[in-house]
Amino acid sequence: MKVVAAMSGGVDSAVAAARAHEAGHDVTGIHLALSRNPASYRSGARGCCTIEDANDARRAADVIGIPFYVWDLSERFHEDVVEDFMDEYAAGRTPNPCLRCNEKIKFAAVLDRALALGFDAVATGHYAQVRAATDGTTELHRAVDAGKDQSYVLGVLTQTQLAHSLFPLGDTAKPQVRAEAAARGLLVADKPDSHDICFVSDGDNAGWLREKLPERLGSERADRFSGTIVDGESGRELGRHDGTFGFTIGQRKGLRLGTPAPDGRPRYVLDIEPVTGTVTVGPREALTVDRIVADRPRWCGAAPEAAPDAPLHGTVQLRAHGAEHRARIAVTDERVEIELVDPAQGIAPGQAAVIYDGTRVVGSATIVSTARIGATA
Amino acid sequence: MHDAPDQTVYLDHAATTPMLPAAVEAMTAHLGDVGNPSSLHASGRAARRVVEESRETIAQALNCRPGEVVFTSGGTEADNLALKGLFWSRHDADPARVRILASSVEHHAVLDALHWLAEEEHAEVELLEVDSRGRLDLDAYRDAVERDPASIAAVSVMWANNEVGTVQPIAEVVAVASGHGIPVHTDAVQAVGALPVDFAASGVDALTLTGHKLGGPYGVGALVLRRELSLTPLLHGGGQERDIRSGTLDMPAIAGFATAVEHAVKAQPEYAERVAGLRDSLVRRVVEAVPDAHLHGDPEHRLPGNAHLGFPDCEGDSLLMLLDARGIECSTGSACSAGVPQPSHVLLAMGLDDEGARHSLRFTLGRTSSASDVDALVAAIGPAVERARGARIT
Repeated sequence: MKVVAAMSGGVDSAVAAARAHEAGHDVTGIHLALSRNPASYRSGARGCCTIEDANDARRAADVIGIPFYVWDLSERFHEDVVEDFMDEYAAGRTPNPCLRCNEKIKFAAVLDRALALGFDAVATGHYAQVRAATDGTTELHRAVDAGKDQSYVLGVLTQTQLAHSLFPLGDTAKPQVRAEAAARGLLVADKPDSHDICFVSDGDNAGWLREKLPERLGSERADRFSGTIVDGESGRELGRHDGTFGFTIGQRKGLRLGTPAPDGRPRYVLDIEPVTGTVTVGPREALTVDRIVADRPRWCGAAPEAAPDAPLHGTVQLRAHGAEHRARIAVTDERVEIELVDPAQGIAPGQAAVIYDGTRVVGSATIVSTARIGATA
Repeated sequence: MHDAPDQTVYLDHAATTPMLPAAVEAMTAHLGDVGNPSSLHASGRAARRVVEESRETIAQALNCRPGEVVFTSGGTEADNLALKGLFWSRHDADPARVRILASSVEHHAVLDALHWLAEEEHAEVELLEVDSRGRLDLDAYRDAVERDPASIAAVSVMWANNEVGTVQPIAEVVAVASGHGIPVHTDAVQAVGALPVDFAASGVDALTLTGHKLGGPYGVGALVLRRELSLTPLLHGGGQERDIRSGTLDMPAIAGFATAVEHAVKAQPEYAERVAGLRDSLVRRVVEAVPDAHLHGDPEHRLPGNAHLGFPDCEGDSLLMLLDARGIECSTGSACSAGVPQPSHVLLAMGLDDEGARHSLRFTLGRTSSASDVDALVAAIGPAVERARGARIT
């Protein structure tokens, strides 16, 4: 096959490209330039947006012995991922930009362009597996290395996208990937993993949003995100904050509340109301939910048989690297209703609920609301 | 995307061009020699002799005096030395001289040096408009000079443009400036060996050339600088090159450089005729294959090897990649930072929009180009354009 290998400059995508090359594919390395101004999004060797990363990717392609080009996807990335990230936070939700990037950029804009240029597939360094099913469809499964599994951020891929995707690392554990990189003479073998959002420096989402939102929304609207922090039980005002975008459901750190709770236990963000600027806090138990409603479902294959009276018994994952929860899942008209058998805590609207059947990814949907145990949905 | 090509079709001679065998020979003959050209002993004198003979060879080829040739590490250094050196020395002599005039289509080695002077040294840089063919607007230039000639530290206009190949009206530029005693620098990196370049007859005060664009080695070039002109140095040290450019001279590279200049200048008339013929056939046949393709730049005042073509609705970088996979090497002609193509400032200055600038490719022919190179491009271009048009990111 003729394969485009998306190379971030990190160790995973370098080894993925090398493996695809050694498997006999005709591989061309591509580094995606995602920042409109390469120096502006972040500095330092981690992440995916620096000149240094582009050079690391280029050197890896040299060592593997494949052609290498930089594709400028910065405009599309800004519109589809960065602006979406800002808008979601402004709406009081907690988006996952990596998911959005996979959905809109890596397996859409890049894949479309690659197919049009005569390639057959896109290979990335994600830890996940695609498997051919007996009916000829392509299934997405969790990686063998459960600790590194990234099927969650790929849960947005459709059958067409999956049919043109290669994940050469899905059967391998991370330490082995590093060892393989070293053995192949890839200089990125020891490069640290990236964890933060690639366009936010230092992992400081709130600081980044504080700087960028006024430009996005107009400073007047952005100012209105400041407001009060109130106690969920008493309704008493506990403090003020300078932007709801600095909070996510389940957050404990950085609330900067002067007075401790009467019972002395830590308080968590329970709710965010961006219109009034109100952030509601309360005890950890109040975070527990067992009902989730999600919309905008994307199915990896055919939509599942999951009517309300005959729900799908599967599992859901509610955040990247989060736990699996057993669940009953019902699908009605573009809406997914999830009843958790194992309750979850701190579930934020905007995050994806990814639905699994065993190791197979069924699909994903965006969480719009949650309900607590005992409360009516 | 295709099987590995049998042979490379190199159509990027403006980026760099193969070394002449005679230049390789002249350079390699000295790689094992010991002797610093600044040393006083026999070995030093032998090295010095090679440098000075090289200087005389270059002077003869360009019609300047040997003492006017200042060796540098290449074109970028020569441009920086000319602009910063002239600005500093002319501004020191008369603080009223704060302006520098240059065309808006200069190479980044000139433009970025000027931006630096504007930001750090309070120079007032005026970038002059060009017409749709990339040629300097002489009326605007004349007005800019006449407005206040005493405030001008220097003028810099390239001899010929590296992207679209447009040859600039250097004689007219000099005629206006010299009436006011304003020094003129020209970046002639693309011109030497491709066009007749006579330093003395041109009337310019400073001229940049570099080895690897004319069949010499990388990493060596020269600023030809009129003897009467004083220049503040960029590099301080051992005082080589009349104190204008310190640093131990790279004798073997200088020997190769001089040989290349000599050969290229001597061969220039036949070279220009043959390569322009190939270029014209390339343009004609590519336009036959892709009817809406069109030539950018000046059809008349043009470097012989340059074919800069616009391909509407077709990303230049997609096309470059598809041609590269067929072994055909060309350029999007745009500046890269982190490999991210920015729309070319030259094309934007000529009035193209961002899209028009991105939908372009530069093919440049040189000494080793042949009709079979053109044949290969003509065979590949039609399908490549069609495919690239289907791959636009919208």
